[in-house]
Amino acid sequence: MTLALPAASSSSSWRQPSILPGFGLSLGITISALSLVVLIPLAALFLKAASAGPADIWAIIASPRTQAALRLSFGAAAFSAIVNAIFGLIIAWVLVRYRFPGRRLLDAAVDLPFALPTAVAGISLAAIYAPNGWIGSLLAPFDIKVAYTPLGVMVALIFIGLPFVVRTVQPVLEEADIETEEAAALLGASRLRTIFRVILPGIVPALLTGFVLAFARAVGEYGSVIFIAGNVPMVSEIAPLLIVIRLEQFDYAGASVVAMIMLIVSFSLILAINAIQAWSRGRLGHV
Amino acid sequence: MSETRLHEAGPIPVYRTDRALRDSIWIKALLLTLALTFLAFFLFLPLVSVFVEASRKGYEAFAEAVTEPDALSAIRLTLLVAAIAVPFNVIVGIAAAWAIAKFNFRGKSLLISFIDLPFSVSPVISGLVYVLLFGAQGFLGPWLKANGIEIIFALPGLVLATVFVTFPFVARELIPHMQALGSSDEEAALTLGASPWRTFFTITLPNVKWSLFYGVLLCNARAMGEFGAVTVVSGRIRGVTTTMPLHVEILYNEYNSVAAFAVASLLAGLALVTLTLKTYLEWHYADAIAATKRH
Repeated sequence: MTLALPAASSSSSWRQPSILPGFGLSLGITISALSLVVLIPLAALFLKAASAGPADIWAIIASPRTQAALRLSFGAAAFSAIVNAIFGLIIAWVLVRYRFPGRRLLDAAVDLPFALPTAVAGISLAAIYAPNGWIGSLLAPFDIKVAYTPLGVMVALIFIGLPFVVRTVQPVLEEADIETEEAAALLGASRLRTIFRVILPGIVPALLTGFVLAFARAVGEYGSVIFIAGNVPMVSEIAPLLIVIRLEQFDYAGASVVAMIMLIVSFSLILAINAIQAWSRGRLGHV
Repeated sequence: MSETRLHEAGPIPVYRTDRALRDSIWIKALLLTLALTFLAFFLFLPLVSVFVEASRKGYEAFAEAVTEPDALSAIRLTLLVAAIAVPFNVIVGIAAAWAIAKFNFRGKSLLISFIDLPFSVSPVISGLVYVLLFGAQGFLGPWLKANGIEIIFALPGLVLATVFVTFPFVARELIPHMQALGSSDEEAALTLGASPWRTFFTITLPNVKWSLFYGVLLCNARAMGEFGAVTVVSGRIRGVTTTMPLHVEILYNEYNSVAAFAVASLLAGLALVTLTLKTYLEWHYADAIAATKRH
């Protein structure tokens, strides 16, 4: 299949010739829909944000309320992604390595946050973590308030990001051959040493990818957070909520600038994921 | 063979090997407890609480909450939005998968990244972009107003925001599956004289039907449950532009908790059905959808 064919004609030199029909039609539909629904509207956002002028953009970015909202969104997202990385790894390990009744049900349940509408997740989390709720009332004697505090934001973000780590780590654990562990054991490594020197290094790229995916999702999350957060400006107000508030005040520039910052960070994160995957492919031969 | 050699070496390596390969019962119990406790606090209790809260005042209150006119119109609107957005994304998703999986061209990986883009955009921003384009003070706002076309605070805005958010779902499931299948079936059919459309409908589509169904399932769940994006474009005109998730929010903010959870329980039911079908597909058609477990 490595036959060096000369480019068939000048018109199709940017693609390899194929006898299959429908290239023009399918690519045409794809690019038109993509442009109309995604690319042009996103470009409009950048245009709107840029039209505010450097001084105004800076004023919006530097305002304490914007800073507080961005700090909370990114900080809570990072914290919840770390929690998810730890517990996601444990859950993936338990699901792959142990056999116990209800395992497949548990496996299926991990995807619940993907399927449950965020508003439903939001009101139910608010209900059980409120001071009089099922979990909130257990924590109340210790003076721990979850709902309507920044801690509540983190709870919602942990819920929303949970499947990402499990679902990226799980297939790698399933594929890891037991032989390398046997070899390590036969060579005299203790269980702990096998875990830290043989098993974990193979999982690190997947764990990192899962962490970044959970983080990226958490940064932009809105529905599950606003019910449990309390939404006090400067304290428990997330960046996406600030965008909604600015819009409701018809402050389009304010909304677009905050959105633009979030987008720039999100896009950098996609590049980071691609880099992690390229790095792990080069190092380990798989993702 | 290795067994005999181990025996020659004495019993100690066997013992150590065994210990080094398996987690001890204590570690096992600890990890299992941690995993189950975590899932209970963050998954099961929230899910169960939806149904418990919804039934707090009995069946009458529940039935009343889901059959009052505003709730019914919210259900109707949610179904309508999904009925437009999902087929649109199915057509575009199939076209994208065909172009990407069956042909090699320059810029393909860039195209894939663009298709995935909506996954990494905050839902709120997905709604915001349309307000900036079509809103009263948006780029096209004055023109739309002059011509009497309503997009924002109306059905078209809700559909557009939903399409944006669910754009990658179908394509993402189809592309890896079509790539894995290759093109030889289609090439054979074409060589034997089948027309392009016949080839598509009798070869390609049946080949990918389970991954297509899988994609539609996820796309639909997200379309019906979307909240952030539709919040921004809806204007929340009660009974007119409120989808089910928005109706839940309104009821909740009115401290009408039982009604809010009653409508929410319908959405949670949808999530459970989605999850069941999804798991069933993963068990029975693993080959078709294995490549796509990550989304």
